[in-house]
Amino acid sequence: MESLIKIENIVKRYDMGAEELYALKNVSFEINKNEYVAIMGPSGSGKSTLMNIIGCLDTPTSGTYILNGKDVSEMDDNELAHIRNKEIGFVFQTFNLLARSNALHNVELPLVYAGISKNERIKIAEDALASVGLEDRMKHKPNELSGGQRQRVAIARALVNNPSLILADEPTGNLDTKTGEEIMALLADLNSKGNTIIIVTHEKDIAKHARRIIKIRDGLIADDTTKPLKGEI
Amino acid sequence: MNFFLETKENFAISFKAITANKMRSILATLGIVIGIAAVTLMQTAIEGINIAFEKSIAAIGADVLYIQKFEWFGKEDFELYRNRRDITMYHFDYIKRNATTVASMCPTMGSPRTIQYGEYSLQNVFAIGTTNEYQETFGIDMEDGRFFTQKESDAGYPVVCIGTDVKNALFPNSNPIGKSIKVGTYSFKVIGVVEKQGSLLGLFSLDNRVIIPAERFTKIFGTRRSISINLKAEDLNNIEDTREEVRSIMRKARKLQPWVKDDFGINQQEAFRQTYEQLTSLIKIIGLIITSLSLIVGSVGITNIMFVSVKERTKEIGIRKAIGAKRSTILMQFLIESATICLMGGFIGLMISFPLSLIINAFVLPTSMPLWVVILGLFISLLFGVLSGFFPAFNASKMDPVESLRYE
Ligand SMILES: Nc1ncnc2c1ncn2[C@@H]1O[C@H](COP(=O)(O)OP(=O)(O)O)[C@@H](O)[C@H]1O
Ligand SMILES: [Mg+2]
Repeated sequence: MESLIKIENIVKRYDMGAEELYALKNVSFEINKNEYVAIMGPSGSGKSTLMNIIGCLDTPTSGTYILNGKDVSEMDDNELAHIRNKEIGFVFQTFNLLARSNALHNVELPLVYAGISKNERIKIAEDALASVGLEDRMKHKPNELSGGQRQRVAIARALVNNPSLILADEPTGNLDTKTGEEIMALLADLNSKGNTIIIVTHEKDIAKHARRIIKIRDGLIADDTTKPLKGEI
Repeated sequence: MNFFLETKENFAISFKAITANKMRSILATLGIVIGIAAVTLMQTAIEGINIAFEKSIAAIGADVLYIQKFEWFGKEDFELYRNRRDITMYHFDYIKRNATTVASMCPTMGSPRTIQYGEYSLQNVFAIGTTNEYQETFGIDMEDGRFFTQKESDAGYPVVCIGTDVKNALFPNSNPIGKSIKVGTYSFKVIGVVEKQGSLLGLFSLDNRVIIPAERFTKIFGTRRSISINLKAEDLNNIEDTREEVRSIMRKARKLQPWVKDDFGINQQEAFRQTYEQLTSLIKIIGLIITSLSLIVGSVGITNIMFVSVKERTKEIGIRKAIGAKRSTILMQFLIESATICLMGGFIGLMISFPLSLIINAFVLPTSMPLWVVILGLFISLLFGVLSGFFPAFNASKMDPVESLRYE
């Protein structure tokens, strides 16, 4: 199996005046290409912190992080921005779409920063929106879409640059159960097409979609279990 | 390629942001609007005043020195002037004998007279007595006929050259050449019409005059007045040398002791120019103060709303960074936004000042807004846009993506 993520001894410390807070105490693991991983744990255990480091939004206080063979922990701001653009697709709990832009333009945006020309951009973005079932909602602004539709737009945006990795931090947290299931089915479908997916959740029902579940508690890995495939012992 | 695409996107963003806050953007540009309107209007006005000044000062001649009893813009005590001796033909002849750097020179003396031809008459015409060298000294062109000759001048022939105002008043439908007119009570034969000269600084007409030989003038009107000795320098570039030469000759003619100040004035166009420049530089300084003040006020306003705009869009900045926007992209996004706002202000300023310049042109003085002023105005607004936007944009560019995403 080809390794996509290799994290070793990652520490994240927040200096809060006199106090020091270790959001991540010492975390190491590897994730291979095309895995579907759920990170679980109680609130405040460090899930989002870990996710932000994996997503290159944040840098660890110490430890190394190799993504796709590149040492990300040594990179400067510009290089990280480039990695976020090319290698990573984010899906957030609160969707995080640009309110003033329509669905199409939201999905187009990563391609703008990737330097792709307007015509090509529109074509790719339309395809991405169609692949999440929103071909008839392209010109809608976020406030004209339901929560589930917004999250689909966000997923289309995450997909559009063909990233190595899709990160979803509590993607169903703001959705009702039924819509949440639909989103999870969409992610499962993406995984079956070859995408590597990491989701953060604290719901068992959601986590069960993933084959591998990493549990963290107080900034440490408490458990790391991979379900056997059907047919495997 | 990438930069170009991002810039296009940034323009689209700023357009959206500005139209989403129309009223705020317009209010914020007020200072810039006033500043740009002020600077362009002021320049346009100065342009017009300059043209008018150059046009009317041309009659004085840049290369002519005027030796007269008084300085044109004398700043000293009246006491110093009161007892000055007259300038007379004696001084004229003395200079004529001794000066080496003078191309031509003529005396002028004058008094207002009534001019008459048949039933037509014109009062308060300036009658000037001079010599034939007047024409060369002042570079006079004739509209019709000729100037008087040396022979006519020396012998004091009763011949006269008239200005166009006189011609128009006395000869509305006939040719004046060869006609006999009365200057005061004396008859003169018209031999030429001087080309139209316009007015001096718009104050009095240079065409409301008649020119006769000095020899004749003194004979009929007397010699009891101070004259002006007008000298054309051989070389305009060395006019200061000529001035010094003439000054020392004059002092000799007047027998002044070395410690005594000049008791005559040597005037030249330069004096007008200096006085004029003092006046316009005052206008410029006032204009500059108004402009800078409103631009500074405007700039502070723009900086302020840009800070607000950045703050309001913290989340948006986080989102853009999460999907790959670099620091430089965000910096440019907000710089372009503030530059666009200021450019809009500049445009509005020009839209105010341009019609005003047309009004000035129509009713006050002929002028037009030079293209470079328009470009300057837009450049200044662009510059202020970038300057005012820099700190807010820089702030935005270095926001932490995680914290910005968490901002509600
Ligand atoms: N910017 C920050 N400054 C200080 N403490 C932080 C910051 N971000 C997160 N933390 C703390 O780190 C711990 C882990 O947070 P987080 O990763 O968001 O937890 P989770 O996503 O699992 O709920 C929490 O105790 C949280 O308060
Ligand atoms: Mg969290």
